[in-house]
Amino acid sequence: MNEAGNILFSGVGGQGILLASEITAYALLAAGYDAKKSEVHGMAQRGGSVTAQLRYGPRVYSPLIDPGQADIQMAFEMMEAVRYLPYLHPGSKVIVNTQKILPPAVATGQAEYPEEVLGELTRRGIVVIPLDAFALAREVGEAKTANVVMVGVLSSLLPIAAEVYRQVIAARVPERFREVNLRAFAAGRNVSA
Amino acid sequence: MLAGNCLFRVVCVVTVASIEASSATIAAGGICCYEPDTEQEHLVTTPDRTALWMSGNEAIALGAHEAGVGVASGYPGTPSTEIMENLVRYPGVYCEWAPNEKVGLEVAIGASFAGARALATMKHVGVNVAADPLFTASYTGVGGGLVVVTADDPEMHSSQNEQDNRNYAFAAKLPMLEPSDPSEAREMVVQAFALSEELDTPVMLRVTTRVSHVKGVVQPAGPAPTRPAPEISRNPAKLVMLPALARKRRAVVEERMGRCRALAETTPLNRIEAGDSRRGFITGGVAYLYVKEAFPEAAVLKLGMSWPLPEKMIREFAASVEELFVVEELDPFLETHIKAMGIPCRGKELIPSQGELNTAIVRQAIDPASAPELFAPVELPGRPPNMCAGCPHRGIFFNLSRMKVFVSGDIGCYTLGFLPPLSAMDACVCMGASIPIAHGMVKALGEGGHSQVVSVIGDSTFIHSGITGLINSVYNNSAATLIILDNRITAMTGQQHNPASGGAIGGDTANRLDLEALCRAVGVRHVYKVNPHDVVETRKVLKEAVALDEPSVVISEAPCVLLPEMKERRPVSYYTRQENCVGCMSCIRLGCPAISWTAFKEGEAEARGYRRTQKGVSKIDEIVCNDCGQCASLCKFNAITRGEAKE
Repeated sequence: MNEAGNILFSGVGGQGILLASEITAYALLAAGYDAKKSEVHGMAQRGGSVTAQLRYGPRVYSPLIDPGQADIQMAFEMMEAVRYLPYLHPGSKVIVNTQKILPPAVATGQAEYPEEVLGELTRRGIVVIPLDAFALAREVGEAKTANVVMVGVLSSLLPIAAEVYRQVIAARVPERFREVNLRAFAAGRNVSA
Repeated sequence: MLAGNCLFRVVCVVTVASIEASSATIAAGGICCYEPDTEQEHLVTTPDRTALWMSGNEAIALGAHEAGVGVASGYPGTPSTEIMENLVRYPGVYCEWAPNEKVGLEVAIGASFAGARALATMKHVGVNVAADPLFTASYTGVGGGLVVVTADDPEMHSSQNEQDNRNYAFAAKLPMLEPSDPSEAREMVVQAFALSEELDTPVMLRVTTRVSHVKGVVQPAGPAPTRPAPEISRNPAKLVMLPALARKRRAVVEERMGRCRALAETTPLNRIEAGDSRRGFITGGVAYLYVKEAFPEAAVLKLGMSWPLPEKMIREFAASVEELFVVEELDPFLETHIKAMGIPCRGKELIPSQGELNTAIVRQAIDPASAPELFAPVELPGRPPNMCAGCPHRGIFFNLSRMKVFVSGDIGCYTLGFLPPLSAMDACVCMGASIPIAHGMVKALGEGGHSQVVSVIGDSTFIHSGITGLINSVYNNSAATLIILDNRITAMTGQQHNPASGGAIGGDTANRLDLEALCRAVGVRHVYKVNPHDVVETRKVLKEAVALDEPSVVISEAPCVLLPEMKERRPVSYYTRQENCVGCMSCIRLGCPAISWTAFKEGEAEARGYRRTQKGVSKIDEIVCNDCGQCASLCKFNAITRGEAKE
């Protein structure tokens, strides 16, 4: 229980980022860790970039991850995997949903979506774990469970038994969506991270 | 799919009965279903205890409930909003959204005078609005405990300034408590009510974004104590603040703050954490957490009571350390008062006074050599917030962007009308300011000025503090057009009811203010109503109103697309007939997140059967589209069509 870590969640409003961070937090707590999570509400909910910061360990004081200190990043959109580069360090692991959501400047033809954007991470010694979370979510029966697929991938990087996650998901999801979310978690867990 | 944070759904809670730390074997205990129960929903069972996982705002609501609060009033404002939204779910407390923070605090003062424990919540700038009753409630004191929560926003995540409201405690001569995290937030609300009654004073509780919107583990204290029933007790010498009586109360304020200073020396809210005495830190609020992480071995004086300060304790601590640092976010509040005691210390010469702090900033400010090497950011297309697909405000701002008028704006989602491609807001200062600023400009510009300036304000903001401005414009005769964006909800802060929405805080039906009748009642003879989704017709009305040389109001009526009833209506999508698209970009200029532009590469236009000079085509993302039809009303080439109704 001496382990401590910092997980940065990033993506675009509406992708289920906050819920993914909640499931992870509940799992960490159930496994005996202290945790703190920081979110910013308000402007961020209007299609802008969204982040949540989750820190865990034997005792957590600060709710904020310092620059250079994120051990794992959960990027729900490809370009958002790179936006927070100053928070990463060589060896950081970035789980990336390779979906692209075009920002306004790209959608209106005034900028281009950067090509090969994940190369910015790998060439700095950051470990990239890419997956098409939407395709996996559709395979289990519900595209909207892509966030739980991502939680499944993350789970294999954290010192928590899969059973703990399954309990948390079962507890926090309405019954009619429970099975599909458990399948989504399993699909993510099977992605080799 | 996973449900969002729907507050009233039946939620199941898992109880982890046993867990072996490393192998994490879990036996699932009772899984229970229940009606709204705020504590159950947050329950976590860890190996050594049962606790709650809560945000600071949720913890403040819990603490207020535990303290037996009877009446709570507030106005929504990030980062304070969720306090009231959570408190209303507890039994035994009357909660309401007030039209503004001044009214909210006055309601709380009244409840306190009647003997109930009362809470007023607001964001930092809301205290400016409520400052008038605040400063005099300091003189009257309280009946039941009165706690005023100010939720400050260092870094301005969702605010127009980052004022440090600790200064209010000093200026209004009130005690202020300042928690560092959700756990302390719960505790300090309970302590604040007790302190309020002990000293007969309102007590301020200051939180910041990184307390309000941080989640942490909270230990509940149990059910609320039974409190005496409220009753009227007349005491005009204490409550009627005319000069002769106020002068007497002024002396009471001094005597009370003297008692509070003495209490500050002994309260467990302030504590010395012994450690390496080469460096000592005086700190409070969220900055305490950064000090603990940056210098875990150092001696710390943590001030949970930010005002008044425990001078003796500070002196003793200062004498016990070799070098004294004061670490605080924003203003040098503690530092200024500590230096005024004649105690040498270092603070803002090292620690930034702008924006939020974090552990790294604190560490490097004091040990510059500790700065690590960081990856530089990569330049990427920005992802600024945007009005939602189908937002009714877009139709108004698109028109304003074409009208060559100065747009005096206000506070709300519609402030995003400032952003390109609409770029249709020229000023925004504070709640309600849009109307008087337009009036002042018209008076300065003189003849013809009224047709060069319009003001734009949302329904909730108009009620908050726009109405008096409109009365002034009519009374003092300026003819700048006012546009009221009535989307039937306080949208920016996450869908709170207001006096024009027809609903109360808990969702009950409430009187719905008739905005048109109100405008006519204050003397506006020209009141128009438009459907902003009909962009072309709206333009005609706006032009007519702006040309008038008498006061005019245009009420833009269309509900926020995020309202639950709007989400449930299964919107029909518009789609693009790309064969008809001539690439004129009329729809693109709306800046709708559902519409994207594909530029043609060289020769592509002809190859795809378009004019050789056509630069590209637009496309509607039918999943994102919310069925407003603004783009269709602009398209002159029959390239945008409404689809069939979805099943």
